[in-house]
Amino acid sequence: MEILVVGLSHKTAPIELRERLNVPEPDLPKPLEMMGESTDLVERMLVATCNRVEVYAVSEGPVEGAVEGITDCLATYRNVPKADFLDKLYTYTAGEAVRHVFRVASSLDSMVVGEPQILGQVKTAYSIAQAREATGILLNNLLEQAFHVAKRVRSETGIASSAVSVSSAAVELARKIFGDLTGRSVLILGAGEMAELALRHLLDDGVHSVLVANRSYDRAVALARQFHGRAVTFESFRQEMVGADIVISATSAPHVILKKEDMQAIIQQRRHRPIFLIDIADPRDIDPGCNAVDNVYLYNIDDLKSVVETNLKERKREAERAEVIIDREVGVYLTWLRSLDVVPTIVSLRQRVEQIRGAELQKALGRMDDLTPEQREVISAMSHAMVNKILHQPMTELKRRAALQDGHLYTSVLRRLFGLEEKEK
Amino acid sequence: MAIDQFFFYLALLGYLLGTLHYLLHIASRRLSIGRAATYATLAGFGAHTLSHIFRIYALRRPPLGSLYESLSFFAWAIVLIYLITEFRYQNRVIGAFVLPMVLLAGSAAAALPRRIAELGPTLQGVGLWVHVALAIFGNAAFALTFCTGLMYILQERQLKSRNPGRMHFRLPSLELLDDVGVKSLLFGFPLLTLALITGSIWAEYTRGSFLPLYGREAWSILSWLIYAGLLYARLSAGWRGRKAAILAIIGFCLVLFTLIGVSLLRGGRVL
Repeated sequence: MEILVVGLSHKTAPIELRERLNVPEPDLPKPLEMMGESTDLVERMLVATCNRVEVYAVSEGPVEGAVEGITDCLATYRNVPKADFLDKLYTYTAGEAVRHVFRVASSLDSMVVGEPQILGQVKTAYSIAQAREATGILLNNLLEQAFHVAKRVRSETGIASSAVSVSSAAVELARKIFGDLTGRSVLILGAGEMAELALRHLLDDGVHSVLVANRSYDRAVALARQFHGRAVTFESFRQEMVGADIVISATSAPHVILKKEDMQAIIQQRRHRPIFLIDIADPRDIDPGCNAVDNVYLYNIDDLKSVVETNLKERKREAERAEVIIDREVGVYLTWLRSLDVVPTIVSLRQRVEQIRGAELQKALGRMDDLTPEQREVISAMSHAMVNKILHQPMTELKRRAALQDGHLYTSVLRRLFGLEEKEK
Repeated sequence: MAIDQFFFYLALLGYLLGTLHYLLHIASRRLSIGRAATYATLAGFGAHTLSHIFRIYALRRPPLGSLYESLSFFAWAIVLIYLITEFRYQNRVIGAFVLPMVLLAGSAAAALPRRIAELGPTLQGVGLWVHVALAIFGNAAFALTFCTGLMYILQERQLKSRNPGRMHFRLPSLELLDDVGVKSLLFGFPLLTLALITGSIWAEYTRGSFLPLYGREAWSILSWLIYAGLLYARLSAGWRGRKAAILAIIGFCLVLFTLIGVSLLRGGRVL
């Protein structure tokens, strides 16, 4: 029995290759079935995202054969020659495999460390495999544990707590200025993909009123309709800034459209209520001097990018703390795994029963002082015989089962029935 | 050791644990540590309350007669106002700023002589105790204004720098800090005003002079003026944010000087 991970990811393979090997979610059961038929993988699941294609499996036979079987399946199923991806594959076994699964689920192995999607993707892949009865006690336990580890990592480290895209960084900054964004209003100057992306993020966070100003009034109306907002004339944007809390500027104007003097006048009219200016235009729409005005917070696209960079560094630092948690959890899982091994179970069961026999024999003999040594011998031999007879059937069955798929089930039940775990502690 | 002293030290221990856990909480972001901070502070506050009750019982007067007593009461009032704020805003980061101050005030009190001051006949009467209690409560509210002002300036600098660091993520939003700042000001100012009025009336009765402008009284009036100016600027001129925060910090420095500095200059007498 060996737990193994075979796959390739953004760390080893280029995107073109990952795309060629990727399996869309609805098609996942098919390769699982293929692997079940053509290999000796008793448990298997397939995680396929745009960043990784990985098989988590438990093999009855040797690892080399299992790897070969998995690669054959992938190659046949996706119709990609093995030679194209063989050198991009990594294989992990035992402790390393466990660590890898934990790291993937905790988003430590992701391209953007801490991104939340991967956990959901692994969960989906797992439930698909589980529904097809492709997983058993080892993978079930491994994955349940991986989800637990991922949750711990999320709550005890900051790997996912800061924004790592420009638009989510803008939202995060807005929240540090305004607190709750519910009921806040945003004014869009110009248009563009980036502006719309930032706007969408803000709307998700509770911003409710949207004003759109554009040199072309028709385009303003169109964009406003899309976001249930209101179009205003471009000429009036300075007046509108008196009421808006967040301004996203993305015009194609060749020069600055908002000067520091304008901003000073506006902030007076706003009675110094804070305003957040996001200048994503190139060249700049807003005079950088505006940031010097009290209660004005101006970020341009480069500032936002550098915020993202800082956050990424912060995530890396936090990821180191996460690795410590993973280390510990891998240890816990491996201990459990070892406990399933049949030989130590047989040994400790024998010891346990022997201990009981010895103690009870002493007690009984202690109450019978006038026995001859021969009589003592008979009683002792009887206790031995009873123990051996009782243990014989379970031991034989356990040894036989150990070689089969559900052997670990028997050991774990046995350990629990006889309280062997507690004894070891 | 008198029983009120025992509970006072217990309170200091609670505040020490509270301080450490609040600081650890912002460093680690772990909720369990934050909860521990709140429990430690609550326990400290409970012990502190008991300490006051025992001292009142022993003295047969409010525990506001010496610098030790008023500093201790000051720390207690700050904790009370802080805990209410924490429950209302569900934010523990402010605690990392308030609790060290409480610990400082409490430790300073512990270092002062605690003999029971003999108060002359002129220094008795309900009017005086009301005056002192109002002043201390008002100033405790300003302690919170001070802390949130300090945090506002830190957070504002982070945001203005356009390259926010780790502190930025830990600190609450400007909006929240400004909100706590203005509410604590609105709470503290009427108390300070009433304290000034009762103080003047008391002075009129006992010394026969209304508003004697020397020593502590002058300093109190100066800090009252600063807070009045701050309140006016906030409410009518729409001042907020950094400028308001700076003024709140200056005002509180003056308060501290009035409460502690002047007493020390006068050889430890509070009244």
